[in-house]
Amino acid sequence: MKLWTAFVGSLVEAWSEVRVHRTRVLLSLIGVGVAVAALTTVVAGGAIATQIQTEQSERWGGRPATVSVNAYNPQTGQQATPAEMEPAITATADRYGISHVTRNGNGPLQLQLPDGVYGVGAILVDRAYGVIHRTPLQEGAWFTERDENRLAPPIIISSDLWARLGSPDLRTHPTVDIVTSEHTVVAVVTAITPSSPESQGMDLSVFLLNDDYLAFATAEERRNLFYQYELWIPPEIAAELVERIRVDIAGSLGEGWQVDAWRQDYLAFGEDPLLPLKLAVGGVAVLVLLLGALSLVNIALVTVRHRIREIGIRRSFGATASRVFFSVMMESVVATAFAGAVGVLVSVLLVKNPWVSDWISGYLQDVPAFPVEAAVIGLVAATAVGALAGLLPALVAVRVKVIDAIRY
Amino acid sequence: MAFLRLEGVTRSVELPDGERLEILRGIDLEVEVGEHVSIVGRSGSGKSTLLNILGLIDTPTSGALEFDGVPLERLSGAERDRRRGRDVGFIFQQFNLLPQRTALENVVTPLLYATGRQFWRRERLATQMLERVGLGARLASTPDQLSGGEQQRVAIARALVRGPRLILADEPTGALDVETGASVMDLLDGVAEATGAALITITHDPNVAALARRHYRLDRGVLGPVDAVAIDALARKEITL
Repeated sequence: MKLWTAFVGSLVEAWSEVRVHRTRVLLSLIGVGVAVAALTTVVAGGAIATQIQTEQSERWGGRPATVSVNAYNPQTGQQATPAEMEPAITATADRYGISHVTRNGNGPLQLQLPDGVYGVGAILVDRAYGVIHRTPLQEGAWFTERDENRLAPPIIISSDLWARLGSPDLRTHPTVDIVTSEHTVVAVVTAITPSSPESQGMDLSVFLLNDDYLAFATAEERRNLFYQYELWIPPEIAAELVERIRVDIAGSLGEGWQVDAWRQDYLAFGEDPLLPLKLAVGGVAVLVLLLGALSLVNIALVTVRHRIREIGIRRSFGATASRVFFSVMMESVVATAFAGAVGVLVSVLLVKNPWVSDWISGYLQDVPAFPVEAAVIGLVAATAVGALAGLLPALVAVRVKVIDAIRY
Repeated sequence: MAFLRLEGVTRSVELPDGERLEILRGIDLEVEVGEHVSIVGRSGSGKSTLLNILGLIDTPTSGALEFDGVPLERLSGAERDRRRGRDVGFIFQQFNLLPQRTALENVVTPLLYATGRQFWRRERLATQMLERVGLGARLASTPDQLSGGEQQRVAIARALVRGPRLILADEPTGALDVETGASVMDLLDGVAEATGAALITITHDPNVAALARRHYRLDRGVLGPVDAVAIDALARKEITL
């Protein structure tokens, strides 16, 4: 009970101090608020930058852990054909319950555009590719199971290509003609991938489902088609599973084949390649907070010198040294926690305002919510800074001799 | 049993040149609850030092001090602070009110260090005490909005709000004019008597000292009794200290 009243009493005292010296408190807290806002924004910005980096890495190498599989004859150097590989891949995927598998290949394609026929690079994939590579879409949706049953093959085209088609509304199911040596195939545009601004309208790439391509590809095109197989597996068991996949596929193919299976995602080598970025962001955040804390300590020390007489008066009315220590600390903690909350709020407004959000969404498929850890770090850091900044003045306050303080 | 007992108390400090300055020498004093004692002396005679020792703010260099029957050396620093808060009420010459706080907040201050009902009912108790000293209408006034006499009344209310058994008044009228000083002393004397608290007034004003029942004179650190006749003569300026 005594402890409880002492605690409540300290809070009352701290609040009274903050209220009475509001101008001084406000001035000192502006620094802390700005520091916390900067810290939180830097941490949040770092999280978003990390997300951008991660997504870009995943676009190239797939999400952790993406395993690439290849098989060839060491004598002749010839790659295993799809007919040879697919039973082995399917059996292995079934054995280990791997749900996301894709065959990735490239096929030449002729597209009829309004101003002529153009050769484009077709990326031949299975449905799982979009998930594994987190393929960003400007409009529309990635291939679904329903797309596999369409009579007209679905096609996902780049935004440069879409512009050449006159940017038709996808709800009108625009089509594009694939010109082959024997006939014309009408494909339905179901989604648009964003072309980079540097492509200057020359990004003529498309995604096509393998089975759709094989349906109209010539015999020679099929013969020349080789796949890279990708399997998406849980990263925590990847080290063991990659080797098992390799051995199992080698076993399925029989003797005479060299099978390679390796991780190709950005975490393949164990070390987080984003670690330098994270460390740099963390370093800047700590530096920002340190500067805020230094200014707060400075003001707090000057302030406590001005309060020595008051501390002496309080001591003469029964305030123990520990109570004075706790009160001065609490004053600092209460004020900085409040400043921290305001700082976090400012940071949320900075990061999540419509202009910034629109800008970020241009780079990210999964725009993260305001990182909770950034808000928590901001609040905890503010409180910790308050406690640290309050420590020195509190020690000064405790060392004050009551007699000297009253006469100060 | 005496509430406060001093036996052979001395207090000295070391000067920058290494010499020791004897402020108090062999002080013997006993004060019962409900007594009114005055200590007169010239400036620099050690009055404030004695008051600080009586109020557990300062410690003697040598000698024995018993506070409520407990030897001083048996009280830890925190225990002295707690007893000071609970049993001692200070009134200072310069009032020492907390600036920018209202009269009510100033009187609430000692109750922040209390426990139980005193803590939880602090605003009501402080209001009642301010009403008792005639400042019920000035609860929200800050010290700079109060006259000297009113400030000292707030200081008295603050000193008495926890119901101390010992009131230590250091030149309580030193910063007031004669008329206001007399009024403040009447109030202090009356409230102390009504609450049964011991009142020790340290002053160089014989008129203030004359209100006490027992009188002492502090001269160069030595405390000696003074009879009431001498104090009256001092008050009438027939003799000097």
